[in-house]
Amino acid sequence: MSIDKTSATDKTSATEGEPVVANPEAAAAAVTVVDPRLLVREQGLAGYVGEFKRKMKGGDLGSVPVVIGLLVICIVFQSLNSAFLSAENLNNIAVAMVATGMMSVGIIFVLLLGEIDLSVGSVSGVAGAITAVLSVTHGMNEWLAVLIALVSGAAIGAVHGFFFARIGAPAFAVTLAGLLFWLGFMLQILGENGTINIDGEGVVGKLTTYYFSDVAAAYGLATVAVVLFFVTSFLDNRRREAAGIPSRPLGDLIMRTALLAVVAFAAAIMFNQYKGLPLALLLFLVVLVATDFVLRRTGYGRKIFALGGSVEASRRAGINVTAIRISVFALAGFFAAVGGLFWASKIAAANQSAGAGDLLMNVIAAAVIGGTSLFGGRGRTWNALLGVMVITSIQYGLALEGTATPVLYMITGGVLLATVVIDSVTRKTQKTAGRA
Amino acid sequence: MVNVSATPVLALRGVSKRFGAVQALTDVELEIHAGEVVALVGDNGAGKSTLVKTIAGVHPIDEGVIEWDGKAVQINKPHDAQNLGVATVYQDLALCDNIDVVGNLYLGRELKKRGILDEVEMERRSRELLQTLSIRIPSVRIPIASLSGGQRQTVAIARSMLGEPKLVILDEPTAALGVEQTAQVLDLVERLRERGHAVLLISHNMADVKAVADKVAVLRLGRNNGVFEVKTTSQEEIISAITGATENAVTRRAARSNAEAQK
Repeated sequence: MSIDKTSATDKTSATEGEPVVANPEAAAAAVTVVDPRLLVREQGLAGYVGEFKRKMKGGDLGSVPVVIGLLVICIVFQSLNSAFLSAENLNNIAVAMVATGMMSVGIIFVLLLGEIDLSVGSVSGVAGAITAVLSVTHGMNEWLAVLIALVSGAAIGAVHGFFFARIGAPAFAVTLAGLLFWLGFMLQILGENGTINIDGEGVVGKLTTYYFSDVAAAYGLATVAVVLFFVTSFLDNRRREAAGIPSRPLGDLIMRTALLAVVAFAAAIMFNQYKGLPLALLLFLVVLVATDFVLRRTGYGRKIFALGGSVEASRRAGINVTAIRISVFALAGFFAAVGGLFWASKIAAANQSAGAGDLLMNVIAAAVIGGTSLFGGRGRTWNALLGVMVITSIQYGLALEGTATPVLYMITGGVLLATVVIDSVTRKTQKTAGRA
Repeated sequence: MVNVSATPVLALRGVSKRFGAVQALTDVELEIHAGEVVALVGDNGAGKSTLVKTIAGVHPIDEGVIEWDGKAVQINKPHDAQNLGVATVYQDLALCDNIDVVGNLYLGRELKKRGILDEVEMERRSRELLQTLSIRIPSVRIPIASLSGGQRQTVAIARSMLGEPKLVILDEPTAALGVEQTAQVLDLVERLRERGHAVLLISHNMADVKAVADKVAVLRLGRNNGVFEVKTTSQEEIISAITGATENAVTRRAARSNAEAQK
């Protein structure tokens, strides 16, 4: 507001041909010693609440809408059918969501660049088909078959990335072509039969069926997560204090740790009531922690965010734009392949419908619902977890009700629209608050 | 003027540059000393941008000599200029809106510790740098998108300072800025001079030039049209050098208002 005023007066004075800064000393004095706009954060709980309110007003909603959405989903489906929040159902959701979630992690990398990859569904199908054909039809060692499938996924992604980054074709068109091509490729290698059943006791089969039945596993994981979170945050804080830069107050840290502990142990208790900690979920969590670390704590991750913010600025900063772009598409292909293996494990087969239908849409929707921006440069891989929880919960909730697929599609579409609307509205608020 | 050295940091001797049929620069001479702010002014198409780009290594020169610390050097690539110690802040600031101030300052030259970004050290040094330059921004951990135009400009200039350059080229740093923000940027230019950097300032705004520059080099149609000491030269003289005539916007307006008054 005040800035508009000053620039307006600036313009008028300039057009009148008078010097803009007639008296530089006076202008310099007008710059106050301490900028009144400095964001001063109060210590303790009051400061935390204050900052939260400020963020909400500024349109920086973060994960709040998704968490509220999840709560609403739980309440609605629980009131419709008391089996929804049962340990068995929640456990099934946790295992079923991993295939889509893994692919969503890859899509988030691409979305961070401000691009899109439409081929992940087909690529996931190819990965499942390659594994099945090699291990079942040709009797290859299953570990080797899985490795070949994963490498193929990354290679396919790199090819897409090459056409986008090096040749300059739009990513949308390249990956749309990829969607068709790899679908055909999958059908081709599956052959006439169309379905290859995989060994339920093999590597792929175990992915979604293995449980750490010892109760110590789930509790141990929860404990390790909480302790690790606290120790790393605490040490980071100590380093910040030693360097004389602002750090989080200890109370704040304890509160966050406590919150994590509640969620982690609640989940652990729930899993132990059924079959124990699912291997699929453990792998998903490991991937989330690893990718989050890469994105936020390494130079590679910083470069991805920079490309999502401004390609020209990245180029001038000496970032190899082409290499980063190709590598990100390769990552998307890799995670599509990982998701494809989980998918094959879930249906215990590689068949013609793998990677088709609403899978691609669910993958992208999960990333966006979780809070990843479609415009690039904003998002975290943890968004995949939240988003895919929402989508899978709706699927399972409706399945409990015996609702047919058409209704499921309509509801998922509605949720996606609601998310995009929230995203757009918050972006508007962010613009007025000067944050976008 | 503080600590003006005897040998100029950068000297252009008879520099010419031709693009096809257009002679963009003809026998241009320019000297910039350490601890000195030289303003480069001229009308649109006078060759200011071309001259800057020759120094920054975007366009290699056709004729003439570029001297750096008294020695003739070849500047053929942007990389050559950077290695010599030339930092250029272009008009489009080339910052990433979604990354915070610390991340932008260190973009492309992140500090790492065992392969991991050393955020603590980067933040500490960023705060130190911003403090020495007396740059005030709400927080070093907010995204660039939340900053005003002037604050972005100061961040972009601060970023050019990280490599400890000898010469800083600022392309229209105050264009499109408000009064207070312009003042902030001009303060920053003075601080660069105090720290012993040579500054080449391109500007259309005579008031800015008068406020911070020590010397004004005027380009007209690709040739030198005089170098003036700011203290001893009036604004009208500079403007007439830019337009190549005593007739200029100021005199025209004065004449017009006189004529109107006579009516």
